[in-house]
Amino acid sequence: MGALTIANVRKTFGNVEILKGIDIDVQAGEFLILVGPSGCGKSTLLNMIAGLDAPSAGTISIGDRDVTWLPPKDRDIAMVFQSYALYPNMNVAQNIAFGLEMRKVPKAKRDEAVQRVAKMLQIVPLLGRKPGQLSGGQRQRVAMGRALARDPKLFLFDEPLSNLDAKLRVEMRAEIKLLHQRTKTTTVYVTHDQVEAMTLGDRIAVMKEGLVLQFGTPEDIYARPATRFVAEFIGSPAMNMIPAVRSATGAAANGMDLPLTAAQRESLQKNSAGKLTYGLRPEAAQLSADGVPGTLRFTEPTGPETYATVETAVGLLTLRVPGYLSTKVGEAVHVKWSAEATHLFDGESDKRIG
Amino acid sequence: MSPRSLTWHRVILWTVLILFAIWFLTPLYVMIVTSLKDMDQIRGGSLLSLPTSLNFGSWNKAWDQACTGTDCGGLKPYFMNSVYMVVPAVAISTTIGCINGYVLSKWRFRGSEVMFAMLLFGVFMPMQVVLLPMSQVLGYFGIASSIVGLIVMHVLAGIPSTTLFFRNYYVGLPDELIKAAMLDGAGFWRILWRVVLPLSTPILVVTLIWQFTNIWNDFLYGVVFSGADSKPITVGLNNLANTTSSVKEYNVDMAAALIAALPTLFVYVVAGKYFVRGLTAGAVKG
Repeated sequence: MGALTIANVRKTFGNVEILKGIDIDVQAGEFLILVGPSGCGKSTLLNMIAGLDAPSAGTISIGDRDVTWLPPKDRDIAMVFQSYALYPNMNVAQNIAFGLEMRKVPKAKRDEAVQRVAKMLQIVPLLGRKPGQLSGGQRQRVAMGRALARDPKLFLFDEPLSNLDAKLRVEMRAEIKLLHQRTKTTTVYVTHDQVEAMTLGDRIAVMKEGLVLQFGTPEDIYARPATRFVAEFIGSPAMNMIPAVRSATGAAANGMDLPLTAAQRESLQKNSAGKLTYGLRPEAAQLSADGVPGTLRFTEPTGPETYATVETAVGLLTLRVPGYLSTKVGEAVHVKWSAEATHLFDGESDKRIG
Repeated sequence: MSPRSLTWHRVILWTVLILFAIWFLTPLYVMIVTSLKDMDQIRGGSLLSLPTSLNFGSWNKAWDQACTGTDCGGLKPYFMNSVYMVVPAVAISTTIGCINGYVLSKWRFRGSEVMFAMLLFGVFMPMQVVLLPMSQVLGYFGIASSIVGLIVMHVLAGIPSTTLFFRNYYVGLPDELIKAAMLDGAGFWRILWRVVLPLSTPILVVTLIWQFTNIWNDFLYGVVFSGADSKPITVGLNNLANTTSSVKEYNVDMAAALIAALPTLFVYVVAGKYFVRGLTAGAVKG
């Protein structure tokens, strides 16, 4: 039994099925990411864990306690909201202490907790200020402080970084990770940002249209995406997807044989799929002297690396090339990759073949 | 401001504004000076002239000697009736409106939107429609012709608009604030008291002023539902002005009208800026 168990949870609003049977098991101390495009049901699921919404079917347990129908205050959880939801009429110290006050913790203990949390988050000088006088990053810290003060069994984060500017987002992301390493509190974190998912999560549940498409470690999800959607959603720039068909020896696109591993060929033998999708991550392919011929169409230098888009016989391919590229747009190039770095999906069901 | 901008259009603007202000303030001016004149000077006919001597006799008379019908006790009892009626009626209707608005915006339930739509209907319904059934209801509960009956009437008549005010204001409060308080362990009343109410000052002021002026100035219910000793100030003023003795004492009438208007004037002067601010207040900055 894990720290949080979600078993066959469904949710319907009228005729619309928002969640179609979710099963997730989180170990104590684990950092779980729920990631997916908007409308995939991840926030609904988080609200159910929090007790702000109830499932139509299924159970949610925290530890070995079934909390499916418990009100939020009896679940021993704390949540950080996207808008931070700090109480504007209270100062920072009162905001942090409010949850303790509601739980009738004596004043001395409350002050102690406020000091402890404020030191941990380096917000001691802000304790007397009202939320309106704080910057975005400071509000974010206070919101985390409010969650930390109670020392809950479970932390919930609902897209906490999406209101911050890019630089602050990276900083706070690191702080959240550091905080989790120190407190080791079981955490559920909702985001639509695949970078946040990859950098923060111990395990990631990729959701789409009310289903968990894949549930695994970041490495696992990156290296062996279970569906075409997961493959495209995780990783930036997105994986190159080449429409392919079966050939005598394996798979071919536009009459050109595509490199496959022995294992992939074997899986393909067992599969009946007619249409295939051949996936190649941008960093898995290189520009080289030999390989598939093509024309450099455009480049996007980012500084440490350049995204090069090459038009080839199998379609447009985006490549990650280290540093700056001396090749000019329009020049002829060759693209090479090894079979080990490729992904093969069923072209119709979009499931992974190998 | 640089002297450059004090150009012709500024002068015209100010002239127009001042003229309008004079135009609208003239009745008040006439009322005040007339109330301070004695009858001889009033009979002199110069409406706009200043009183030759300050004479508060008419105010005294209007307050506790003027005749309203057969009683000659001035406006004092009516004024006190209005106070006894207004204070609880405003307090109760505002409180109920606040709770209603809180529920209809933050604790929605199946049918709450329909309920709100029906309440809205109450805002637009001409209140003459309910006079007869209401008098029966008040009679049935034995509170007809009493201040309590008037309070009940004003509370019921006020709930739709107070609910509308609070509901629309609370819709602008982020839902996450309520969710955060729920997770912090606060219940329905605690969230209202500790989180929502402290953010409600602008709308509270608006509602209080709105209800106070409406109820204080009400004549219809006052004349229909009151008994001999529960008539509010508006009815008293009407009776005073319509009681004809040998001479029409304009100075007393003016003083009485001013007495009747003083509380609402006072409220506007003290809290008027909150009223404007509250009506235009958008979402609370978090």
